[in-house]
Amino acid sequence: MGGFPILSALTFMPLVGALLIMFVRAATTGSRSADAAATSGRTALLAGLIISGATFLASLAAFSAFDYGNPGYQLVEQYPWYKTISYKMGVDGLSLSLILLTTFLTPICLLASWNSISTRVTEYVVAFLVLETFMLGVFTAMDLVLFYIFFEAGLIPMFLIIGIWGGKDKIYAAFKFFLYTLLGSLLMLVAVVYMYVTAGSSDFEVLEKFKFAPEVQTWLWLAFVASFAVKLPMWPVHTWLPDAHVQAPTAGSVVLAGVLLKMGGYGFLRFSLPMFPDASHLFQPFMFALAVAAIIYTSLVAWRQTDMKKLIAYSSVAHMGFVTLGVFSFNEIGVQGAIFQMLSHGIISGALFLIVGVVYDRMHTREISAYGGLVHRMPVYASLFMLFTMANVGLPGTSGFIGEILTMIGGFQASTWAAAGAALGVIFSAVYMLTLYRRTVFGQITNPALNDIKDMNWIELVCIVPLALLTLLFGIAPNLIFNMTEGSALRILSMMAGG
Amino acid sequence: MLNFTAMTLTIGPELWLAAAGLLGVLLGALMKDGFNGLAFKFGALALFGAAAIAALFYTGGEAFNGLVRTNTFVNFAKIVSFAIGGFALLMSEGFMKRQGTGRYEYALLTIFAALGMGVILSAADLMTLYMGVETLSLSSYVLAAFHRDSARSSEAGLKYFVLGALASGMLLYGASLVYGFAGTTSFAGIAEAKLSIGMMFGMVLMITGLAFKISAAPMHVWTPDVYEGAPTPVGAFFSSAPKMASIVVFANVMFQVFGDAMEQWRLIIAIIAGLSMIIGSFGALTQTNIKRLLGYSSIANVGYALVAVAAGQKLGAGPLLVFMTIYAISSLGLFAGVLAMRRPGGMVEGIGELGGLMRKRPWLTVALSILVWSVAGLPPFGGFFGKLAVFQAGIEAGLMPLAIILVIASVVSLGYYLRLIKIMWFDEPTERFEAIDGSVTFVVLVSALIAGILFMFFIYQLGWWTDQAALGLGS
Repeated sequence: MGGFPILSALTFMPLVGALLIMFVRAATTGSRSADAAATSGRTALLAGLIISGATFLASLAAFSAFDYGNPGYQLVEQYPWYKTISYKMGVDGLSLSLILLTTFLTPICLLASWNSISTRVTEYVVAFLVLETFMLGVFTAMDLVLFYIFFEAGLIPMFLIIGIWGGKDKIYAAFKFFLYTLLGSLLMLVAVVYMYVTAGSSDFEVLEKFKFAPEVQTWLWLAFVASFAVKLPMWPVHTWLPDAHVQAPTAGSVVLAGVLLKMGGYGFLRFSLPMFPDASHLFQPFMFALAVAAIIYTSLVAWRQTDMKKLIAYSSVAHMGFVTLGVFSFNEIGVQGAIFQMLSHGIISGALFLIVGVVYDRMHTREISAYGGLVHRMPVYASLFMLFTMANVGLPGTSGFIGEILTMIGGFQASTWAAAGAALGVIFSAVYMLTLYRRTVFGQITNPALNDIKDMNWIELVCIVPLALLTLLFGIAPNLIFNMTEGSALRILSMMAGG
Repeated sequence: MLNFTAMTLTIGPELWLAAAGLLGVLLGALMKDGFNGLAFKFGALALFGAAAIAALFYTGGEAFNGLVRTNTFVNFAKIVSFAIGGFALLMSEGFMKRQGTGRYEYALLTIFAALGMGVILSAADLMTLYMGVETLSLSSYVLAAFHRDSARSSEAGLKYFVLGALASGMLLYGASLVYGFAGTTSFAGIAEAKLSIGMMFGMVLMITGLAFKISAAPMHVWTPDVYEGAPTPVGAFFSSAPKMASIVVFANVMFQVFGDAMEQWRLIIAIIAGLSMIIGSFGALTQTNIKRLLGYSSIANVGYALVAVAAGQKLGAGPLLVFMTIYAISSLGLFAGVLAMRRPGGMVEGIGELGGLMRKRPWLTVALSILVWSVAGLPPFGGFFGKLAVFQAGIEAGLMPLAIILVIASVVSLGYYLRLIKIMWFDEPTERFEAIDGSVTFVVLVSALIAGILFMFFIYQLGWWTDQAALGLGS
């Protein structure tokens, strides 16, 4: 308690920045020729970059104030709000790692939009910064209602990002994304209200200690999973994801895959396990079945895709299946692996969407068949693409390997069959990723339009190279993350055990 | 011992409104059309004055031999609905003048409608209640038909009148049954009387009559037609100030008069609430006229408010005020948004015509979007807290099925709220919009700021005030 409210400052910094940008634009909207509009768009993007960069620095400051040895919530702030609801923020290792991921990816997203977004740029930057605030709020909130507010409010800017700057069927995708997620969220709201009415408080720490009756837990668990399963997404409620990914602009896909999906996994770890332990045990086989179904089924679906973004979207569903597997194995190695897999997938899939965006900006098609032989014209691109292909397959030395192997070991301890099914998925991931890579990068150039294609420019390199370095770094030194998350993983498991 | 000052102050706002209304009539008779220019500001002043009197000189208690009784619960509703009514009147001026109907009678009728709202809120006797209901209704009928050269407006007024008269008849019949079996018309007397089957009949008929006045399903059929046909500012007024007042009166009657019969009426109210939510949200899905859409949306919102009534006095009174305050302000703002959309050819009413508003009027669109999201109950805007409060009351009262219907209705209603957003933000602009009066834009921006943003931060205070106000009902 006391001290500088760094988490609030961190969370609301992008929102304040967005408001500033809006006011500055309102004040300077005079002559709006096409030229002036383009320049002011660039200025807005630059301002957005500076603001999100500052947010990243603020998150580093929070990181430096974080105490590894303390498994509980840290940097806590609390003010009364409405009846029993309070404005309470705090972080543990789990949420801090996801906060760092968010603040790290957002500037990259904005930078990646430098050349690809040309209409209504100011609004785009504002929407992105508002989205960042809501994403950070989800991870910093320590009050159930506050969490819910951020969780659902994030839909609004994402809806606009897909709907305004998306591809051909953007309206359909935006609506589907919104309504799907909303239905899940509202079921969660029923449970949220019931919980704080029963427990008399919506504070995480109170709710974690409060023991709900087993039969009540079952219903609450189902309501929460309705929301998180859509968000994660789990098979069979994943169908909004390919549409949203394909239609969203590149940066929208990056943040969707990189951060928004992680809210589902975060929700499992933060609520389902510690607050409803009996129900979680009850539904463990069910979740394993869904996880394995997701891993195998969506891998096969991914294999048959002709659209690059759709392929990566389905591969995301499969990789998030590993997260489910790890979380519901209820042992340290599985939970740690699940957290690691979330971070690693955030980096890798974000990078893959950027990689697709690079060629999309040049050719304006995502059809795999339109490419082939890129290696002859874009050697740098081909090497980076290779790295992330391997990371997505789970090659040792990359962060993808650590996440997959740990979740499988954790799953193996809980259920041999589930781990065996998941292992099958690893093989499939090699099949579809290598197919994608071979068909786009290798071979001869058949499409004459590809003859003049340019290799990556420095903006694209600045976006992707840091992600490549992190993939390798975490693949070689995974302890950087484990040290941070170990405390929270153990704490969650001890709460499950009734401690 | 009669205390004259205290007695006067009990109905202070109503006396002030009556005096202002009569003065207005006098001025109108003397100045003829010369009063037209002044009348709207005069009326707004009267309503703001009444709100101020209610806020500053509140004196609770009984007066006139138990014919009126005020408590903090109804007084809160008075303050909010008078103030909102004032804003509604203020923003009507430009529109009514342009339509060639900017006559002083409009302002005077609004004052008398407000007087009716004040009287029903203060009522502690069936006679007073009925008088107030009629004052409010008769003024509303004329207001709906105010654009007398327009067939649509006249039709709306006539439809409203015929159905409204029927509802008033039911209310009156119910009241007479209740009187017959309880032997008294005073609320306190009825509350103490033995509950008999005859009284139950009377109660059900009274609920029916009142449900019409608040446009709850299945007595809602007039709503979309009247909202569409009546001049837009009239719709803005109907959906905000009288709605707030009538719902609070509805709750007041249920809690104060039939408080002991709660087990009997709870199911009726729950069914009305459920039906309103379902019919309102599904009905709005296919609308192409924005005023009709807002009409259906108001039916759905009445349903949400009734969930709080069904939760009972102890759990529901405070949340009802929170919800209705935020809703009434947002609804006024949404209608102001409709008023703000003017094209060379006339007013915009079709939803599709809002296309690309974001490109033309960014600030107005942002404000409107906040209002739409707020009414839809999406966090983090104020409307979310209103819904949350009602929702919580429903769950605490054990009304799980109603809570689930509320959730489903919310998802369905997002379908058309999102369509509005989509049209404003995604579609390409079609024609240019004309400049509009500052007062309308002002109301849109202010209501978005208050309902959408301010209550997000000050919901703690609002919750505290309303809880204090609800204490006025006694325990």
